Amino acid sequence: MTVYAAPGQPGAVAEYRARYDHWIGGEYVPPASGQYFENPSPVTGQTFTEVARGNAEDIERALDAAHGAAPAWGRTSVTERANVLHRIADRMEANLEKIAVAETWENGKPVRETLAADIPLAIDHFRYFAGAIRAQEGSISEIDEDTVAYHFHEPLGVVGQIIPWNFPILMATWKLAPALAAGNAVVLKPAEQTPASILFLMDLIGDLLPPGVVNVVNGFGVEAGKPLASSSRIRKIAFTGETTTGRLIMQYASQNIIPVTLELGGKSPNIFFSDVASARDDYYDKALEGFTMFALNQGEVCTCPSRALIQADIYDQFLGDALERTKAVKQGNPLDTDTMIGAQASNDQLEKILSYIDIGKAEGAKVLTGGHRAELDGDLAGGYYVTPTVFEGKNSMRIFQEEIFGPVVSVTEFADFDDAMKIANDTLYGLGAGVWSRQGETAYRAGRTIEAGRVWTNCYHAYPAAAAFGGYKGSGVGRENHKMMLDHYQQTKNLLVSYSGQKLGFF
Amino acid sequence: MTDDTISRVAVTDAAAGLLARLRRQHGELMFHQSGGCCDGSSPMCYPDGDFLLGDADVHLGDLRLVDGPDDAPGATGEAFTVAVWMSRAQFEYWQHTHLTIDVVPGRGAGFSVEAPEGVRFLIRSRLLTDSEWAGA
Repeated sequence: MTVYAAPGQPGAVAEYRARYDHWIGGEYVPPASGQYFENPSPVTGQTFTEVARGNAEDIERALDAAHGAAPAWGRTSVTERANVLHRIADRMEANLEKIAVAETWENGKPVRETLAADIPLAIDHFRYFAGAIRAQEGSISEIDEDTVAYHFHEPLGVVGQIIPWNFPILMATWKLAPALAAGNAVVLKPAEQTPASILFLMDLIGDLLPPGVVNVVNGFGVEAGKPLASSSRIRKIAFTGETTTGRLIMQYASQNIIPVTLELGGKSPNIFFSDVASARDDYYDKALEGFTMFALNQGEVCTCPSRALIQADIYDQFLGDALERTKAVKQGNPLDTDTMIGAQASNDQLEKILSYIDIGKAEGAKVLTGGHRAELDGDLAGGYYVTPTVFEGKNSMRIFQEEIFGPVVSVTEFADFDDAMKIANDTLYGLGAGVWSRQGETAYRAGRTIEAGRVWTNCYHAYPAAAAFGGYKGSGVGRENHKMMLDHYQQTKNLLVSYSGQKLGFF
Repeated sequence: MTDDTISRVAVTDAAAGLLARLRRQHGELMFHQSGGCCDGSSPMCYPDGDFLLGDADVHLGDLRLVDGPDDAPGATGEAFTVAVWMSRAQFEYWQHTHLTIDVVPGRGAGFSVEAPEGVRFLIRSRLLTDSEWAGA
């Protein structure tokens, strides 16, 4: 076990600056207003840095820099751009531990997750899109003997990206890597709760990119996010967040006639069929871990398996074992590599989770374990911790229908395959789902029947590059994490060319 | 529109005071209840009309407030109304609950107007009573 020293303490592997300006045109630029906002660590609740409070003027400056950089960047060869992405990945890999500790300190998630998942996945993502852009080809259609349609990929130009706070660096990477590979310049607004870790990363990789290709403006949604999303100077907007803001972003995009990609969350079912419990073997152990995945990242994942559906004939026994596994989740200092669940990302997030635990109880759901704030000692006493919570109830309850975005799973039973599918699809969302069965046919049929973009089958919460990720229904528009994401960041240029010397004969 | 004979929404004193102050900055206000990830399930407060409403939305009710008391700093004493909306699809799953808009310290993302104040609107819910439900 290792306990990392907190940034600012003796022996810390990662140090934040005392203050962060905007990253515009390859340098730090103070905010037009001169104002900064405090950035607390959810680990302790104490402020560790302050961050520029951006406004429309700052967004315009960032757009100026991006428009200045976009034409030359868009004309670079794919080899050149791929090499830049590889260099970013290499630099991140060389600083993995440092980046992981920095992200944990800002977001509150356990460092074993940032070390083993968030940052390695981000590194791999840059490499994946470096490869994808090299391998991408246009197409040719031979219309007739003398006429050819050529299809070229061209960058969109300048794009806007609004990043969520649950995976500040990985979610930024999911959007940046394809946008950069495709030859776009970016103005990126991080979430208010996690404004600094992406700038920690820019300190490490900023010199690898031409100035103005990536610009980071922090600030509040209404002051900085809105001017970016509603700007007539972006050719696309990408957003991960919730539905009302998603609609607002589509509304702004409609005024400028630009495309949007939206990832708006889910209420993912995790379905355990009877045969899961037919033996006490490695597979059964894996399925119990699959249940407990609701606590990964403190449940602050759009695909949190927050509805567990267990077939009636194994319900008591499987749930009993699953509760044991849940109670074994170790909560504590996120900088301790033994810690399995850390702090919720912000105070308002903590309050929201507690309000959902209240409504769950009021609706008659039964708390099987957890159900309260975790009070930790010492420096951690001011942090935002929630005990992993298992509710038992019915799918019509609000805790089964709304994304709590906390370590809370709502469990119910189903009678048979059709009943499972009915419950699974009785939701506004369709982002993720889990299916657990030893029988390929059951798993396959379930996977195809569930209305969700990602169905983990005998696994959960894996996010490898090359597996498309995105939602059905209210969960959004577009697919990330796959080469098809390049289409969301490229125009199609068609040259329709006649090699004939003969006129058509119309005029 | 839902039937106005029952009250589905309310507001705490702290949230009412904040709304009065925000109205002085932004003009008339509205709420749209969000769903989904990150800051989903939070009530989003916008300048009235910023968020385009349509047939996909349900009007949950109006918060009837006064910018006062008269001795509060900057208070105008004016009565004002803040309409609360939710998507119709979401309402299907929420209709049996009564919602109270509260405010807590925090830093929500999204474009809600209170975030720069270092606070976040929050929904507190209770079940509708049998008599309320009968009226619904």
